[in-house]
Amino acid sequence: MGSDIFEISVNAVKIIALFLLMVQIVPLLVWVERRGSAFIQNRFGPNRVGPLGLTQLLADAVKFIFKEEFIPEKGRAFIFYAAPVVALLPATLAFVSLPLSAPVNVEAFEMFGQNWGPYTFQFQGFDFGLGIVYVLGVSSLATYSMLMAGWGSSNKFSLFGGLRASAQMISYELALGLSIVGILILYGTFDFKTMIAAQQGALSFHFFGELVTIPFLPNWGIFYQPLGAILFLVAVFAESNRLPFDLPEAESELVAGYHTEYGGMKFNMFFIGEYGHMLVASALMAIFYFGGYNIPFVTPDQLSGFLEGFGYMGTTNSLMTSFILHLCMFLKILFFLWVFIWVRWTLPRFRYDQLMDLGWKTMLPWALANTIITAIIVFVMRS
Amino acid sequence: MSVLVPILFITVFVVLFGAFLVFVTSKLGPKPKQSDLRKEAYECGLPAQETGSSKVPVKFYLTAILFILFDIEIIFMYPWAVQFADSITQGYGLQMLIAMGLFLLVFIFGLFWEIKSKALEWE
Repeated sequence: MGSDIFEISVNAVKIIALFLLMVQIVPLLVWVERRGSAFIQNRFGPNRVGPLGLTQLLADAVKFIFKEEFIPEKGRAFIFYAAPVVALLPATLAFVSLPLSAPVNVEAFEMFGQNWGPYTFQFQGFDFGLGIVYVLGVSSLATYSMLMAGWGSSNKFSLFGGLRASAQMISYELALGLSIVGILILYGTFDFKTMIAAQQGALSFHFFGELVTIPFLPNWGIFYQPLGAILFLVAVFAESNRLPFDLPEAESELVAGYHTEYGGMKFNMFFIGEYGHMLVASALMAIFYFGGYNIPFVTPDQLSGFLEGFGYMGTTNSLMTSFILHLCMFLKILFFLWVFIWVRWTLPRFRYDQLMDLGWKTMLPWALANTIITAIIVFVMRS
Repeated sequence: MSVLVPILFITVFVVLFGAFLVFVTSKLGPKPKQSDLRKEAYECGLPAQETGSSKVPVKFYLTAILFILFDIEIIFMYPWAVQFADSITQGYGLQMLIAMGLFLLVFIFGLFWEIKSKALEWE
């Protein structure tokens, strides 16, 4: 985690802050979801508690904490209690490894009569070069928490919800994994920061060996991989169990699916897991297809040079550059989070056989076609 | 090994955080009198039928097995995809393309056979 006590403590605080960011964005998103659904359906939504209903979230949190504890008689207690805790893990592990901005360079400074050498702090919890492989690996662990919840509750609705959730998630994981092979061919790396660095500047590509530049479009992945982007977006909807793919908790058939028997804070933890998945999915969408933390047409170096013009040098300059790039990244993430909410209140739910058909017989072949076409085009254009 | 330390750190932190939340809410909530009906699993008002050893439709096992097969095949494509652009510049892109084409033939045949044998039909 670092070479001396300063670096280790900064990194530890950073990791915990990222986790708390993920937890804290959930009430805000719930507010946006409720107000947004009200806006879409021409209602008012929560507007009684506080300005614009914003403190409704605090009231909800207090209610969650003071709810009665309940476990079904025949439930398996340990699995029942462990499931919500496990639900927090995969989204956190994935989110913490995503780069949310350019690294911060801290120059050497003196503190407590000691010299502290120059540091480079990544704007992400940890980074060990595996990037997307690691994120896919940990986010598929989410299946376990749903199976545990379904199995531990000893309730037939929960069990079917858990089974459906696991079958749906593993089916769409194939399409998810295959839809980004095109991106891997284009950028030739697993590492997020290299991918983002490759998306700087204006759109430029090899066309039969010649370099073509289109000055009015940013160099984003979506222009190279439109089909891959659509497939990826659909697959992450299914991965995070959101409408139109929320079969695991279909109210009309399964009451509430795998969290039928859960209430209070335990239910809320499943919620945090689900919204964490949305957050990870939005961030991945931004990184792969929308330039990550790049501001269109402005490279991080240009931004840092621009800030130097105002007299910000060294550590301050690096911090401000990172902060502005982070704002840009978060705007993109917020846009995709809004897309998640927007789609939820627009599209109806699928039937289960339609869902599985879409995953195996439509998305998988299309993702395969996308891979093959990308490989052939890259081969023809670059050789 | 040192790259795994942050992962271990955040894992332990999240588990402790979650366990703390579950523990605190179990202590703070009201404690109503327990009765047999109250402890039953929720089944829309009917007496609960689950006896503890639930049966799982065999269909889900089949899906899981097929998933493992196809997922491993997709994971094989990752190193190939990352190396593909490099191998074009080094001049043996065509060999890489043909090799992956042969592999994908097996993949596509498997998918086609799976659909044909009705392994993916849900009624």
